[in-house]
Amino acid sequence: MANNGILQGSFFMDGDTACAEGALAAGCRFFGGYPITPATEIAERMVLRLPQVDGTYIQMEDEIASMNAVLGASWGGARAMTATSGPGFSLMMENLGLGIMTETPCVVVNVQRGGPSTGMPTLVGQGDMMQARWGSHGDYEIIALAPSSPQELFDLTIRAFNLAEKYRTPVLVMTDETVGHMSERVIIPPPEEIEHYPRRKPDVPPSADYLPYKSEPNSVPPMACAGDGYRVHVTGLTHNEKGYPDTVNLDVQQQMLERLINKIQHNKDDIIELHEDQVEGADIVVVAYGISARTAARPIRLAREMGLKVGLLKLVTVWPFAEERIRELAPKIKAFVVPEINMGQIVLEVERCAAGQTETILVPHAGGGLHKTKDVLATIKKFA
Amino acid sequence: MKLWRKPLDQDRVMIPHGEVHIIIERCKGCELCVTYCPCDVLEMSRIFNAKGYSLPQVDGSKDCVICGLCEMICPEFAIYIEEVSHG
Amino acid sequence: MNEELSNVLISKEHPMDDYLREDRLPHIWCSGCGLGTILTSFVSALQKSGLDRDKVAVVSGIGCTGRAAGYLYLDGFHTTHGRAIPFATGLKLGNPELKVVVISGDGDLVAIGGNHFIHAARRNMDITVICVNNFNYGMTSGQMGPTTPTGARTSTSPYGNHEPPFSVPYLAAASGATYVARWTSLHIRRLEDSILEALNKKGFSVVEIISPCPTYYGKKNKMGSALQQMKYYHENSVIRHGSDPAESGIDLGGEIVVGCFINKDKPTFLDSQKRSV
Repeated sequence: MANNGILQGSFFMDGDTACAEGALAAGCRFFGGYPITPATEIAERMVLRLPQVDGTYIQMEDEIASMNAVLGASWGGARAMTATSGPGFSLMMENLGLGIMTETPCVVVNVQRGGPSTGMPTLVGQGDMMQARWGSHGDYEIIALAPSSPQELFDLTIRAFNLAEKYRTPVLVMTDETVGHMSERVIIPPPEEIEHYPRRKPDVPPSADYLPYKSEPNSVPPMACAGDGYRVHVTGLTHNEKGYPDTVNLDVQQQMLERLINKIQHNKDDIIELHEDQVEGADIVVVAYGISARTAARPIRLAREMGLKVGLLKLVTVWPFAEERIRELAPKIKAFVVPEINMGQIVLEVERCAAGQTETILVPHAGGGLHKTKDVLATIKKFA
Repeated sequence: MKLWRKPLDQDRVMIPHGEVHIIIERCKGCELCVTYCPCDVLEMSRIFNAKGYSLPQVDGSKDCVICGLCEMICPEFAIYIEEVSHG
Repeated sequence: MNEELSNVLISKEHPMDDYLREDRLPHIWCSGCGLGTILTSFVSALQKSGLDRDKVAVVSGIGCTGRAAGYLYLDGFHTTHGRAIPFATGLKLGNPELKVVVISGDGDLVAIGGNHFIHAARRNMDITVICVNNFNYGMTSGQMGPTTPTGARTSTSPYGNHEPPFSVPYLAAASGATYVARWTSLHIRRLEDSILEALNKKGFSVVEIISPCPTYYGKKNKMGSALQQMKYYHENSVIRHGSDPAESGIDLGGEIVVGCFINKDKPTFLDSQKRSV
């Protein structure tokens, strides 16, 4: 272990533990959570490790409280996170919206399990992908990442913290039970190789004229935290640049909401990460994310061995959605094949962007397990 | 002010005297200041502000002793007292 | 205005404006509502506390009292309904140098936020909670709430409330708060002293303040104007310092026990956590 309490080297660890270590390496110093299968191991790791890096862990009374504590801690100046699964994710939706509205950097990890409701607590699911996009009320944009392995869970948790700071927004890490509980080698690089996007503070001194939500096109305002002397007012109500509520002026709502959306929409090139494998020249492009991108590897290999031209487009960033890339590929291919552990969520986005220019085929799975190679292979063969 | 007995040091004690300041736009005419002024210095006027609330004023025959109660009880930050200098 | 107010000076600024977002005044609260008076008491107490005001943050939930954070010129957070306490918990733990004060209403704190309230008290989170109790949900036009006395009429208890209410001091004390007091918005000087004590208290301190709601609760229950409600408080409040919080229930038309019920010392969440690791 490096002397600052952050691990370094090669480890054999499960995804949940890797997620916690990624958070610590990213500078996370606050975790507020509530136990829930299959995300509990993240909390257990954090309660053990946070005291070693002068951080604070608190087990809240529920996930509503957890989400709020995370927002509060972020305004207190800490890098803050929580981790949960479906039922807890539902409870977090209310204040995920507050985080978006108040532009509070933080990270929420959802280790997805089978649903709906209590569903299959110990088994895998990918049924919260649309909830991640639309789960809180009102209009907004969100960033969601989907790791496929413990190493990616480590890496993407760090990236999530950096994106959260850069765009002043909650960032979701949408992993799943299989990745969370799978143990593999995880390489933790030395601290100087880990990206660290610092919190941007105002570059003007505190004054009564300070505008904490100054609206420049696509801009992300610097963040004056509690105790910094700026005496900011932060509200979940529609607010003007001063941060003051203005709940009747339609221009204020328009300007505020446009900026909240555009700061993500207009920076998609920076935010969206895709991993492509033999997509150029392919007849079939498998679009997958998380554990499903990993289980798709074998049917893709078998199809290629049969002489079929199959590519893999892995959505590392699921939200904002890689619209442009799908649009670009649609006229060139015979079909998009979308395996996901739900009855059809991200496939709807693919279909929307394909806009009838090619077939979009879902390979559904109700949850609790992974796709069978033969099911994905059969779909590929049918449309190749 | 009525005294129930004459204090021994009455000659030496100077009762402070205050002037009432009112921020007209803030007042909502709740009458708390008028009701709770222990010296009955304030009274309601027949004058209204732009929002239609009637405003308090000072009954010229009474003296404000700067107890500060009106300032504290006013829910609108609309009234305060300043001491009149004795010089 | 044709006539002039006699014997008063017309002013544009108030001595307390430095602590207020005076560009947002007049505030939205109704004429005679106790909330403005309570803010005055809070600011006075804060001035006397010696706390560095740049290290004081106010967190509010939703409702009439929820707007309190928005009028104070301090770091202020207007959160979601019921969630002021968990937000404040995170804020305190994110920066333990801060003095974190929650100012919110009875419906916000002990109905939708009731679970957060008792757990923050249980773990003795080092925050001060100022709970303004007007016996109903004022912002949404006077529905019954967790403190509405049995028998009281509100827009959602048109036949009279058939549920028993919470007593905030009893709930706070039973959950483990280190400081529990109740005053009305009429007890301005005692209230100021009490808020000052609460601000200087380590641990979970709670001051409940009974405040008139002339527009809804007062009207529905024939209590008259704000002024008449204040007179009612004047006549029916009984100061009983140190009395059993279990005896602090408020009946419709009955007496209102006020005073400081609990003032004790015990380790805060952060104290205990540091010791355990």
